[in-house]
Amino acid sequence: MKITKRIFVQLTAGAVLAVGAVMAPIQAVAAEKLVIVTSYPPDTTVTVGKAFTKATGIKVEMLKKKTTAGIKYLQATAANNTSDMFWASAPDAFEVLKGDGLLQKYTVKVKGIPEKVGAFPINDPEGYYKGFAASGYGIMWNTRYLKAKKLPVPNSWADLEKPIYYGHVGMSAPSRSGTTHLTVETLLQGEGWEKGWARWKDIAGNFKTVTARSFGVPDGVNSGQFGVGVVIDFFGLSSKASGFPVDFLYPKMTTLVPANIAIVKNAPNPGLAGQFIEFLLSPEGQEVLLDPKIRRLPVNPATYAKAPKGFPNPFKDKSIGSAVKFDLQLSKSRYNIINSLFDVMITYRLDDLRAATKAIQTAEAKSKGNAGAMKLIKQARALVSKVPITAAKASEKDFNNIFKKKRKKATTKVSGRQAEFEQAWDTEIKANYAKAKQLAEKAASM
Amino acid sequence: MNSFSRSQWGAGGLALLIGLFLFVFLIVPVVKVVYVAFQDPNTGALTLINFVDFFNTSLFRESFLNSIYVAGGAVLLASLISIPLAYFTTRFNFGGAVLIQTLGIVPLIMPPFVGAVAMLLLFGENGSVNLLIDEWFGFTIPFMEGLNGVILVEAIHYFPFILINLSAALLNIDSAMEESAQNLGASGTRLFRRIVFPLAMPGYVAGASLVFLKVFDDLGTPLLLNINNMLAPQAYLRISSIGISDPMGYVISVILVVFSLFSLWVSFLALKNKDYATVQKGGGGLMKRDLRPWEKIGCYAVIILILLMVLSPHIGLALLSFGTVWSYSVLPDAYTFVHYGNVFRTATQYISNTLLYAGLAALIDVVLGTAIAYIVWRTGLIGRKWLDYIAMGAVAVPGVVLGIGYLRTFVEFNVPIIDKPLSSWWVIIVIALVIRRLPYALRACMAGLQQVSIMLEEAAENLGATKTRTVRRIVVPLMSGGIMAGFIISFATASVELSATIMLVSAESDAPLAYGIYEFMQSAAGRGPGAALGIVAVLIVGIATYISHRVIKRREKELAPGVAVAAQGV
Repeated sequence: MKITKRIFVQLTAGAVLAVGAVMAPIQAVAAEKLVIVTSYPPDTTVTVGKAFTKATGIKVEMLKKKTTAGIKYLQATAANNTSDMFWASAPDAFEVLKGDGLLQKYTVKVKGIPEKVGAFPINDPEGYYKGFAASGYGIMWNTRYLKAKKLPVPNSWADLEKPIYYGHVGMSAPSRSGTTHLTVETLLQGEGWEKGWARWKDIAGNFKTVTARSFGVPDGVNSGQFGVGVVIDFFGLSSKASGFPVDFLYPKMTTLVPANIAIVKNAPNPGLAGQFIEFLLSPEGQEVLLDPKIRRLPVNPATYAKAPKGFPNPFKDKSIGSAVKFDLQLSKSRYNIINSLFDVMITYRLDDLRAATKAIQTAEAKSKGNAGAMKLIKQARALVSKVPITAAKASEKDFNNIFKKKRKKATTKVSGRQAEFEQAWDTEIKANYAKAKQLAEKAASM
Repeated sequence: MNSFSRSQWGAGGLALLIGLFLFVFLIVPVVKVVYVAFQDPNTGALTLINFVDFFNTSLFRESFLNSIYVAGGAVLLASLISIPLAYFTTRFNFGGAVLIQTLGIVPLIMPPFVGAVAMLLLFGENGSVNLLIDEWFGFTIPFMEGLNGVILVEAIHYFPFILINLSAALLNIDSAMEESAQNLGASGTRLFRRIVFPLAMPGYVAGASLVFLKVFDDLGTPLLLNINNMLAPQAYLRISSIGISDPMGYVISVILVVFSLFSLWVSFLALKNKDYATVQKGGGGLMKRDLRPWEKIGCYAVIILILLMVLSPHIGLALLSFGTVWSYSVLPDAYTFVHYGNVFRTATQYISNTLLYAGLAALIDVVLGTAIAYIVWRTGLIGRKWLDYIAMGAVAVPGVVLGIGYLRTFVEFNVPIIDKPLSSWWVIIVIALVIRRLPYALRACMAGLQQVSIMLEEAAENLGATKTRTVRRIVVPLMSGGIMAGFIISFATASVELSATIMLVSAESDAPLAYGIYEFMQSAAGRGPGAALGIVAVLIVGIATYISHRVIKRREKELAPGVAVAAQGV
């Protein structure tokens, strides 16, 4: 294959008109090689892959896809599968693949991995996918940015609501990034439906942007496009390790979730795939996770002995990721609704939300002690935080089916269309934000 | 008469083959995906309800208008950039004309998302320029904010479409036209406005319509600038989110296709009933004249200013590739060669893959483009226009849609000998690139052919040449400017294509450059190496383009010295 290619290159570069050259013979090469579909950057895949090849002599081919694209790829190629493993962060991605029957069970032989990290089980109870590292969401900031703009270092979600951070915060959307989804869900579970959404909207009012890729957030903080970002820990920790003037902390209300790996159904090399899992969970493999370019929390507690000073240890420091008891079933029951609500209320109406937030913040600063104005501001806040549906409705099965990709059975009852609901929500939300802005402006002029 | 009908048969067979190719690799995959737009999400039955939903949703109406605004704005800004560049370099004797024409193409040789990264570092709210302005004057300029930021990045990225096509057209104008106008008393701007520009219209419209369509469909730039309220990002966001399978993404894809076809049709109408062909060829295009010293200074000033602006993504990328840490500061903290070392150790195969894929794709594209252009303009085949429409339709198909369509369509088709599904063989990437870049090559070939007067062919045939011989010896050489332009645009843009290829790469050893850069850019430590790879890409593709340009030019010189002039500077 290689040789053929080089011939091609020379021909095309040298004489681009030589059409006949395309007929060069093609050789089939079938080497024993492990093919892994992964959402991880080369910093992780190359480092781990090299360590694995060194330890076992098995060659690895990493196929980088965004988590969502990876799922689509495995679904589309299932009929003629050429991939051995799927390796990514978000447990929900694995749930989707499991639901489609695209994964294969595996029993781990390595000992010493606990049942849970924080409040979350490390492995899939049904045995389809295994956690190999833990990660949690937190707040990352650019120290130069904060210094230049004279901003304090935030240390809780509530801090991000403060007017001082207006226009300085960045985050991805739950529909774009599985891990962002977990953060949104965690706060909703921790604070309750109404309060949780109110908190997200107050934070979102301070957004500079909602990034379309989850890496867009650390990228924006690293380069100083915005000062503060809501990110998964390894983005913050590895950015810091790469020399950027940034720092990271876990706020109290966060969830630690395992990052996972699984064997694809009908994998060409299931044996090699098993070896990869064993290696990843071995003390040797776990230690690779501490590499400055990777910086993920190992799931083997013993590995932390080798971690650098100040490295968070969720097995010792119980404050990390244990404040919320994460309910996976609840999360699953309303997964798509949360994505859709967040996009309708925040991502696609960010300008309206920001305008309302600015008006409210201005009014609040102006009218301290003015009871009448404060009353109007309260009304405005209530309007902003309004959610079009209740928590009960969000978990209703029939309602969720409207937002589902595939109806499992032809008999599943569905009435109404997603677009219909989103359109109704959008109209309501837009009017609410506009009204809130009006009220706040009125309050400011009192 | 006998030879005529035989040639019609030949053209017919060719048209049929091309039609089949387009059917299998464009229509079938797209239909497979687009079908979803016409399915009731609940029952699976065929319906138009999704389109009703689309037009009832204020977000989508807003996105639609935003997309039109951005595409229109980008065409305007791109025209402002490219018209002076094209005019100055084709009309005046300039030391650096070739350099400018080459540098002018360079912006295309960079994936738009990479350009956006670099431009954010330079022009973002806390980018170098704004940090300086803020320090000196205490305010900042929102270059990159909102829709106008998208316009800026898109115009800088896509203006070469206009530049290349317009230059080709200007060079093809018969100087006799200009002389006649001058004899009749026209000069200066009037000459340009009334004679030169109208004669170059096919080139300009070809370029401008490509810019409009590309910007209308472009995904990477708005996504990187986090603008969601436009059609292409809406489609992408909805198609690619986990779990949600809202048919709206597919509906938007259909609307993108339909609207793009509509604007193509408008550009056809604009050029209809006008004869742009000039009989004489080889007169050297427009008369070139020397500039007076102060004129020269003025021209250089304008050109340097424009080049500085259009090359700013490259300047930013170069700084990024040599910099250690660049964060909230005017320039990187320190400089290093580490990133380049990293790239040369690990990433050389991306480069050879890219040269292979893009070279093959561009080659096939100009062959197809020339054939289609000839069939459309010079034969009377029934339905010949449809070949053109369908091939051009590819420009309106978002890369993601084509990628998903290929995966769905070809996964079960096993290629004999290598025994792999076609969808995971590297050739599928080449085919995707051929389809994606065919419209560029086709437009350029069309513009080239439109300027060749049919009288020249008739003359050749009267002298006894067969159709095939006429095509080979008269038509192709005369439209070589257009073909060259088509090859260069296809090659350069194919080598930085990401949206379709990202779906189709099934083994890292098959991955092209843009994919490699994208991969690097997804981690904090990878920004430097990613930028270094980007610079290497720009250099290599630039050099390859230049070499192919030279090779073809030399060949032409051997064939017919006069014609070579026509290809100059393209």
